[in-house]
Amino acid sequence: MGRHRIRIELNGTTRELAVEADRLLLDVLRGELGLTGTKEGCRIGICGVCTVLVDGRPMSSCLYPAVLADGAAVRTIEGIARDGELTPLQRAFIEQGGFQCGICTPGQIVSATALLEAHPRPTDDDIRQWMLGNLCRCTGYFGIVRAIRSSRGAPPPSTPGQAAQ
Amino acid sequence: MSFELFRPRSLDDALALLARHQDAHVMAGATALVLLMRQGLVRPDRVVSLRDAGLGGIRREPDGSLWMGATTTIRDAETSDAVRSHSAALAATFGDVATLRVRCQATVGGNLAHADPAQDPPPMLIALGAEVEIARAGGARRSMAVEAFLVDQFTTALDPGELLVGVRVPAVPPGTRATYVKFLPKTADDYATVSVAAAVRMDGERIADARIALGSVGATAVRARRTEDALRGATVRAIGDAAALVRDEIAPIDDLRGTSAYKREMARVWTERAVRSLVA
Repeated sequence: MGRHRIRIELNGTTRELAVEADRLLLDVLRGELGLTGTKEGCRIGICGVCTVLVDGRPMSSCLYPAVLADGAAVRTIEGIARDGELTPLQRAFIEQGGFQCGICTPGQIVSATALLEAHPRPTDDDIRQWMLGNLCRCTGYFGIVRAIRSSRGAPPPSTPGQAAQ
Repeated sequence: MSFELFRPRSLDDALALLARHQDAHVMAGATALVLLMRQGLVRPDRVVSLRDAGLGGIRREPDGSLWMGATTTIRDAETSDAVRSHSAALAATFGDVATLRVRCQATVGGNLAHADPAQDPPPMLIALGAEVEIARAGGARRSMAVEAFLVDQFTTALDPGELLVGVRVPAVPPGTRATYVKFLPKTADDYATVSVAAAVRMDGERIADARIALGSVGATAVRARRTEDALRGATVRAIGDAAALVRDEIAPIDDLRGTSAYKREMARVWTERAVRSLVA
């Protein structure tokens, strides 16, 4: 059926790829690009472990055909820390008990990063609404909300890509 | 098992492709198409992507109506000042769809064309009297009410070669209040057991006009015309009896979210609550 050439700005670096029309962004990231920080979970857009940012907006990469990302900025968990230094949000997840088994953590961090870039001082209700759909079966969410809350107003990391709406 | 993908860069190009390939599936945000393919329910040979066809955008018209282009994301509709100023309840309904990730990817037009009876926007759009606009190659256009567009489960009034290009919501008559309520006994991101959209305008002590539509209780979003008729011209004392009529205007199925009989009863309860919340 032929491949489609796409160009994405991946974690700040321009990448050109040839992808099948039905190839999903999740599989391109984990397969062709070797970025396995983005996890595969339900594969039906429910669980949130495959969350990435496309032009600053959180997406389920398991539902996202890679061709739709042509021309877009894609940011994965590998693009959150800068030069090996964790962001205040990442440190807060450690300090506040924001994870246990860790499988959902990349998606939680990516979603929460987009939240703090769009709304630097979210209320607890803002946090819960935004994070609804990033499932965690270990923490009961208390540590996650605490981690995001404690990161409010922290200086944002310098980031590629645009802020979410 | 891939498919042939077309990426037209204008509406005319998209319509020409759909005229030439009448078996083609249309992809906007792709949430529904990817899931249907995963479930093995569709296996397209050809797909036309609308991403670059220039069909997005929201605007208020001089007559007070609201236009939302087909590929406007649900998130853009939810957060749009134009939508909020037209009807805050409509913006809130877009905000009730699934999760943020889905809202960032899925589109207003795709949501309608998918014709899933459990979706949130269709009942609210019906309650507000919205119409879809449909185009085909050669310039012909037609429009119809959303309730006429939704023919059956996952089935619309679109003919082969036609494309939904947007939805128009007429100006909301002054004094009208609207709301959308979802009964979600399981989780916040689940499909509703029953959902109710209501738009009510009072004239003194009486209900001057009412439009009611329900989701998740039939093959399509359902407009409850007998309930509306019973409300129109009545006082608020009639709301309970009018809401009871809704039980026989819907055709819910037994499933994990409840039995048909239970959903009929919940439809009555949530219709009554929705209408009462607008006349308080």
